[in-house]
Amino acid sequence: MAVEVRIPTILRTYTGGAKSVGGRGGTLSEVIESVEADNPGIKDRLVDGGDLRRFINVYVNDEDVRFLGGLETPVDDGDVVVVLPAVAGG
Amino acid sequence: MLTIAADLRDQIVAHAKRDHPDEACGIVAGAAGSDRPVRVVEMTNAERSPTFFRFDSTEQLRVWRELDDRDEVPVVIYHSHTATPAFPSRTDVGLAAEPDAHYVLVSTAEYGNSPGPVEFRSFRIVDGVVTEEEVEVISHGS
Repeated sequence: MAVEVRIPTILRTYTGGAKSVGGRGGTLSEVIESVEADNPGIKDRLVDGGDLRRFINVYVNDEDVRFLGGLETPVDDGDVVVVLPAVAGG
Repeated sequence: MLTIAADLRDQIVAHAKRDHPDEACGIVAGAAGSDRPVRVVEMTNAERSPTFFRFDSTEQLRVWRELDDRDEVPVVIYHSHTATPAFPSRTDVGLAAEPDAHYVLVSTAEYGNSPGPVEFRSFRIVDGVVTEEEVEVISHGS
């Protein structure tokens, strides 16, 4: 499955400045692996110990994956994955 | 330096007072590259907490997309402290992900929901380093 992955400003250092990159896979986890293969280092900014980082929001077709299947959320051809750092603090 | 119109500052302060004792949060959008805030967007604090805030993730996606469509950016990202001074906490610094934004903090610690002056300060937070900047309040938007 080929999907589009939108990259936030703060992570574009890993994508040579690209706002969006292509990814492949049947789940979000596989898509992230494929994005990592093309853009080494980015995975560590998204995933920590087998789970999404707490302050990274990832959406598949506008739905927060925390309300879907997390990293195991299925993706389909043409889906759009959006990565947005949470705006949070104390 | 942050230059902001008085009515926008007043909107942020009113939001902070209204949500006290919980932290209020939001952005002030402005044209990309202008560094000029023009439009307050109040965000839902999904944590509804007096010590923490987080933009509701679904709302954030919607608002961020709207910014893109309008060629705008979050020129200001604001939130309130309700029991402590208007200075970025360790958590604020650790989670700051917008190096181009002005991080505005207001403190409602002194007067809470009541009328009265509110501390209103602005900071840059880049790579974990906090730098306070001057706030210039102008009488109207342009």
